[in-house]
Amino acid sequence: MGKERTAVIGVGQTKYASTRGDVSMAGLLREAAQRALDTAHKTWSDIDAVVMGKAPDFFEGVMMPEIYLAEALGCVGKPIMRVHTAGSVGGSTACVAASMVQSRVHSTVLTIAWEKQSESNAMWALSLPQPFTTSVNAGAGGYFSPIMRRYMAMSDAPELIGCLVAFKDRQHALKNPYAHLHQHDLTFEQVVESPMLWDPIRYSETCPSSDGACAMVLTDEAGGDAHDGPVAWVSGTAMRSESNSYGGRNMVSPAASEQCADDVFAQAGIHDRRAEIDAVEMYVPFSWYEPMWLESLGFADKGKGWQLVESGATALDGGDLPVNPSGGVLSSNAIGASGMIRFAEAALQVMGEAGEHQVDGARTAFGHAYGGGAQYFAMWIVAKDK
Amino acid sequence: MPEEVLQAPLVLEYPFTGTTGPVVGRFLTGLREGVVLGVRRSDGTVMCPPLEYDPADASPLEEMVELPQSGEVVSWSWGGPRREQQPFDQPVAWALIQLDGADTPMLHAVLVDGPEQMSTGMRVQIKWRDEREGHITDICGFVPESDETGPKTASKTSTTVDLDSVEAVQSVRTPIRLNYSYTPGRALSEYLYAMKDKRIIGDRCGDTGQVFVPPRGVSPVAGKATIETVDLPDVGYVESFNITRVPIATRPDLEPPYCSAWIVLDGASVGFMGLVINCEPESVRLGMRVRAVWKPDEELEVSATNILGWEPTGEADEVIADIERIGRVGPQQKRGSAS
Repeated sequence: MGKERTAVIGVGQTKYASTRGDVSMAGLLREAAQRALDTAHKTWSDIDAVVMGKAPDFFEGVMMPEIYLAEALGCVGKPIMRVHTAGSVGGSTACVAASMVQSRVHSTVLTIAWEKQSESNAMWALSLPQPFTTSVNAGAGGYFSPIMRRYMAMSDAPELIGCLVAFKDRQHALKNPYAHLHQHDLTFEQVVESPMLWDPIRYSETCPSSDGACAMVLTDEAGGDAHDGPVAWVSGTAMRSESNSYGGRNMVSPAASEQCADDVFAQAGIHDRRAEIDAVEMYVPFSWYEPMWLESLGFADKGKGWQLVESGATALDGGDLPVNPSGGVLSSNAIGASGMIRFAEAALQVMGEAGEHQVDGARTAFGHAYGGGAQYFAMWIVAKDK
Repeated sequence: MPEEVLQAPLVLEYPFTGTTGPVVGRFLTGLREGVVLGVRRSDGTVMCPPLEYDPADASPLEEMVELPQSGEVVSWSWGGPRREQQPFDQPVAWALIQLDGADTPMLHAVLVDGPEQMSTGMRVQIKWRDEREGHITDICGFVPESDETGPKTASKTSTTVDLDSVEAVQSVRTPIRLNYSYTPGRALSEYLYAMKDKRIIGDRCGDTGQVFVPPRGVSPVAGKATIETVDLPDVGYVESFNITRVPIATRPDLEPPYCSAWIVLDGASVGFMGLVINCEPESVRLGMRVRAVWKPDEELEVSATNILGWEPTGEADEVIADIERIGRVGPQQKRGSAS
């Protein structure tokens, strides 16, 4: 007996914003969860279990918030579970939720991920002091920028590829009402002229800090068939991790990333990744990660990912492999939610529910998340057809 | 090993804020005004403190009702001697107190001199703080109902305060301070002691030959304990770097722009982050040879901060063979199945 076919029948998101001062953490989650239930045509009593995820508790200073969220998410008397895999957590959470349906443990599962970054300072939370040593590196940008420099050196990519990605994603975000950044008047020149924060990375090439939540309702084959509305069928889920430091580690394209991609594409029966995937939502918190992941995920040959960016192949308007039509992490970054947003946006594409940022005729879409020192990976593939 | 494993205090603290949302915000606004509010559920029962959503059916709760300011101790335990950071100036009993008119108890303190003055079922009433800000500590605690020694124990009524006409509480300060006793462990302790003698040590994986610096005690490639300690020179090369224009909160001494780099020491298989100093950040290159800049001998201590940074040696640049891979992939370094 194989896995139970699993369907996404509901997606809900909050508007992403720098501060959601009008709602508590519970209220924020509730907003996304209620919207997911509404699109799934479900009520709280239809949900068998809740699987939630967020990044480290230091991002809000609420320890184990899952414990206080049972009432808000209708899971009093039901199983509640929290997943934690650093920045990839939103993706991993969706994978764990899907596994509960795939394994026939539960029929209908609500999965949700969030961050309320306005209540803390992510750079502080990611740079906690340690005795006997001192910090020599500022936040996530300080960690990832040398890796991007290595990619730039190895690929010999033109200097402004990162700016092209940032400008494209911000343009995409204008078509997504939920996106945090809506920079209507932004020009490519402004992206280029933005100050270097972590040279070679400009301020304009980094993600914002957002409050927000994203939720999905997953159900079994019978539930998907019976759903009176669009459905995204999950055709593959995979997670991998690796140590973040060992001799000869490929930090530009970590082994765990490539293994995770091989696994998820094999599950979905996809051979020509670029040709068979219609829309990609990948975790790009810093601009150069788009060409880097395009290569690591097998959408482009090694050293050639930037050519897809430069040619416009990854743009929603006219590209054959639109990447982050939602505007991506570069336009909305509620850290814990960011991975789930990628997964949910992939689902919306094959459901035909992406609105203005819909990729015409999308039938198969790819959702991706990574976290830690590029050492945790979560991916899924969703399809219009069962 | 001659030295002991190191240990040091580590304090993590941050002045978090919490957004209350409308229901808890209303409750806290009430406390600031000297009023206690509960929330009514669809079955008519009242929860205090209020929740935003009904535990039974997850429906949103909105109807706030004012409650009397006295009630009954449902259960309690004696808190023992006063502890630092507790918002009381005396020992207290922790108690579940069900206010009259409420169907759920709230956790708070009863301000009595000793456990002999506590009993389940005893009647207590609120003692308010004089200066209130919209926080649970606006209630100093509860005192026995007959006790009239505390100031401002008198109840207010809803007629005295119109909560719609005062500024609503929307967030609450939730500072967190965690006191840890940090230990870097055996392998890193050895490394830190060696630093006092201006020595850099790593450790070697028996299966792959990889050398890790700082040492870890375990090989992430083989999943086994490392087999030996290795002395490394204080010279190496820049594997990659950035030029950072963002300050580091814990490094007020470090003025941007500065160069953060992955440094790979000669003989090491992995890099670690350090600052490249004594040169213009713009002159730093991939493969640039660097050496450690140590603190003056008289300032050396058991600490990695003995290395102030890394400066150019002036030697020819290292040729990085495989630009994607961080660290050396020598022929002696068989890679694990993860490769």
